[in-house]
Amino acid sequence: MDPVIELDNLEVRFGNRVILNRLKAALTGRSIGLLGPNGAGKSTLINSLLGFHKPFSGTARVLGRDIRTHARQVRGLIGYMPENDAYIANMSGVHFVRMMAELSGLPPSQALERAHEAFFYVGLGEVRYRPLGTYSLGMKQSAKLAQAIAHGPKLLFLDEPTNGLDPPARIRMIQLIQEIRDRGDLHLILSSHLLRDVEECCDQVLILKDGNIAAFCNLEEERKANRRFLEIETRGGVDGSFLAAIEKLGCETAPGAQGRVKLVLPDGLEIRQLYEVAAGQSVQIRRLNHKRDSLEDIFLKAMESPNGGL
Amino acid sequence: MAVYKKTYRPYEGVMTPAWSRLLVIPRYAFDDLRKSRFLSIFFSASFIYPLICALLIYVEHNASSLRILGAEQMSKFITINVSFFQALLGWQSMLALFLAAFVGPGRVSPDLSNGGLSLYLARPFSRVEYVAGKMLILVILLSLMTWIPGLLLFALQGYLEGWQWVADHSRIAVALFLSSWIWILLLSLLALALSAWVKWKPAAGALMFGLFFVAAGFGGAINIVQRTRWGHLMQIGSLVGTVWVYLFEGDNPTTTGALFFRITPGEEIPVWSCCVVLLILAALCLYMLARKIRGAEVVR
Repeated sequence: MDPVIELDNLEVRFGNRVILNRLKAALTGRSIGLLGPNGAGKSTLINSLLGFHKPFSGTARVLGRDIRTHARQVRGLIGYMPENDAYIANMSGVHFVRMMAELSGLPPSQALERAHEAFFYVGLGEVRYRPLGTYSLGMKQSAKLAQAIAHGPKLLFLDEPTNGLDPPARIRMIQLIQEIRDRGDLHLILSSHLLRDVEECCDQVLILKDGNIAAFCNLEEERKANRRFLEIETRGGVDGSFLAAIEKLGCETAPGAQGRVKLVLPDGLEIRQLYEVAAGQSVQIRRLNHKRDSLEDIFLKAMESPNGGL
Repeated sequence: MAVYKKTYRPYEGVMTPAWSRLLVIPRYAFDDLRKSRFLSIFFSASFIYPLICALLIYVEHNASSLRILGAEQMSKFITINVSFFQALLGWQSMLALFLAAFVGPGRVSPDLSNGGLSLYLARPFSRVEYVAGKMLILVILLSLMTWIPGLLLFALQGYLEGWQWVADHSRIAVALFLSSWIWILLLSLLALALSAWVKWKPAAGALMFGLFFVAAGFGGAINIVQRTRWGHLMQIGSLVGTVWVYLFEGDNPTTTGALFFRITPGEEIPVWSCCVVLLILAALCLYMLARKIRGAEVVR
């Protein structure tokens, strides 16, 4: 599959400060999450792909177009929902979205029709004639989404789309993003520091830390690959002999508090064998959960790694 | 698709040519400006002087109308010459300054104050196109007030006077056109640069007047205190006026400009120095715009 975004040693600097450090990756998913703590470089990466920041070295390609040489074409393919406020206060919502669609190249009549549609789609149909300055925070977020999709982009950049939303508004926003994703007409890049947002919307995740790629994973594959991930809660066996015994079976172990142990089971090992070892060591297995390696685990592992990698 | 069918769908229709997107900005701006009653009245009133000029040109060439009015001798007082057109340009340019100070400050600041600018520039639309689009608003309005009525009046005079007059006075037409454009570009750049840096519209408008009138006073004070004429370099009116007089009359001027753009006789400064200062001013405005018109703010 052709990559949606190809980072080719992309380095971005502000003055002497390196913000993105020679990023190299090929993102192919339909919905890709950009994850990382504040200041990791997520928004800078999006801004660089939009051509707002010139790469210091290296380059990137968006849907096969080089951002250095085809910046205008790249922007023609993108819908962008920025992280911060982005509106013209005294313009009505529909007027604003129509103007933005026209700037993207839609003829006026088409732009008007699609501006209305986009407003209905994001749930702001009834307030579309009100000036944007009077909108609530949640409404402004939705209006930003409306302007990002009105011109029918091939790739949608959503930078912290649930910022400042209350729980019902957040759920609504996530549902909209999932709906857009599931239609399959466009690719989606979702930048967030909220693991849950990315987990619910994305099938691929690029985790950034201090301007480096800390991890890049396919969430679906990760989930499948970690089916044999167990968490057990035990009583007894405080001397560590139980852990040593199950490690002899080929398990990777990670002891936790209050007798909890995380295990990665090797192929072919059956759960029955764990109970047999426990009985032999006079250890009770009080609870046993099949646990998938959640995005949180992946993220925490990436953050713990000193050199920014899993 | 009807708007109530709430679903997302991609767009596969025709696209407008890239060059035409520049015109979207002025179109929306004029929709907005039309709502201002003050601006509509002011803009309409700005055509009174050119209409009076047209009337004068007509009357000067129509002896019967003077006879009807019983003012046959009046034609002696109406002279359609360089001064006539300079006075027209001077008056209209003064009104253009007021209009630019009223319209200009609201062009860029609303896009900057709430982050709207990033949405313009996230489209196939460059910073240069954005500035050009915003400038076009002022360029169109100010052109309608300056060189367009000027050239129409020149054409009317030429039509009534004959081809020979047009050939003999073609310099006036060229000067009208070029002088107006110098003024229009200067005002547009200043208005946009101030709008980008001063977000409060009344303050930006006041600052625009300040640049012309306060700086003029300051330049005059320098002239008096230092017993020099170079203080005129701080007076934008004098700079522009000097260039205008040169454009209208060349090296042997018979006038000293018009209205606010008049130069005190004996205190003339070289045309080249005026051009240099005007170019520096324009470059400064462009630099100010380049610093502010960005898709994303860079915190170093």
